[in-house]
Amino acid sequence: MYAQQIKSTGKGVQSLADMTPEERAFQERIDRGEKIEPKEWMPDGYRKNLIRQIGQHAHSEIVGQLPEGNWITRAPTLERKANLLAKVQDEAGHGLYLYCAAETLGVSRDELFEMLHSGKMKYSSIFNYPTLTWADMGAVGWLVDGAAIMNQVPLQRTSFGPYARAMVRICKEESFHQRQGFQIMMVMAQGSVDQIRMAQDALNRFWGPALMMFGPSDKDSVHSAQSMAWKIKMNTNDELRQKFVDETVPQAEYLGLKVPDENLKLNEETGHYDFSQPDWDEFYDVLNGNGPCNHERLEARKDAWAEGAWVRDAMMAHSEKKAARKQAAE
Amino acid sequence: MSDKKEWPLWEVFIRGQHGMSHRHVGSLHAPDNEMAMKNARDVYTRRNEGVSIWVVEATHISASVPSEKGPMFDPAKDKVYRHPTFYDLPDEAGNM
Repeated sequence: MYAQQIKSTGKGVQSLADMTPEERAFQERIDRGEKIEPKEWMPDGYRKNLIRQIGQHAHSEIVGQLPEGNWITRAPTLERKANLLAKVQDEAGHGLYLYCAAETLGVSRDELFEMLHSGKMKYSSIFNYPTLTWADMGAVGWLVDGAAIMNQVPLQRTSFGPYARAMVRICKEESFHQRQGFQIMMVMAQGSVDQIRMAQDALNRFWGPALMMFGPSDKDSVHSAQSMAWKIKMNTNDELRQKFVDETVPQAEYLGLKVPDENLKLNEETGHYDFSQPDWDEFYDVLNGNGPCNHERLEARKDAWAEGAWVRDAMMAHSEKKAARKQAAE
Repeated sequence: MSDKKEWPLWEVFIRGQHGMSHRHVGSLHAPDNEMAMKNARDVYTRRNEGVSIWVVEATHISASVPSEKGPMFDPAKDKVYRHPTFYDLPDEAGNM
């Protein structure tokens, strides 16, 4: 999902019998549905996995501002501009909630940025695709935020307290993101011939990448079992992907747009849609840095960080000077 | 990367519209209390969530120790007589 590439420990899930007493007590707390809080004992693997997962999630929110930021100055109306600005501002906020949650695990904000900039930590593959027309703002809100919500709603019950609480806030705020996107699509899909063509084109380009957001198929996702035992992952990738397809296809039909998949068909037996897998070679290629916008996105983040350095330093120097002056006066 | 130190961490408390106490909502980084206040407004009250904000530098908070949860909170466990339901009263006494 927003954390598509969590490396496996390769060890699989430990059975209760193989655990140390501490590990067993920890697992039993999780099984009872208790929340784990930052200063409490936790296995190293739990801490490491969470830092990576929450970090990737935070990076995705921050990098996710870029494809949409691209359209703020070119939104078709003042109202649309205000909507989009509010959405992008929310994404900054969501990134901040998540960075704070990650920091409670003992990693610093600057370390997290550093790992993003050096490529050591990833962000969601979806943000490495370009946003070419205004209809893409509709498709991103409808599909990308739709897929994100599907992943984030169950994470409100995740075992790590600060992560769960950040998710509650994020979910509360995010539903407007998807709705504003769908509404853009509605207007486009009922518009001129050109607007309908743009709406269809946006769906064509974002459908596959949106399906990839849920991460590789369960059979190729070896780390899932341990993460699920720890309740830092609540559903398998394939479960969530299926749920997304089942909810989204009728919405596309409502819009009068065609989902770009020849094999898409409602399976009467299961009640679910059968659909084609996205291009997994493309997925790994994009994750490894070769998507259409990887370079541009990462450079934009690095530039923002480097060019803002003097502001951060100046403000810190100012506050230190102020504090020293206050102390001298006392 | 700059070798200057990171902005300190602040904890944010907000009182909502309905007369409740301030409640912890999250944290943020800021160079000083003024900026912490401005950032808290932008990060935690974008949808009218509050009528009052407190920001406290995180290092100034003393917290109870998780591993001492037992000795800390156990003494309250066996004092059921601190709850109204401990006292059986007849219906004739009415609402009390």
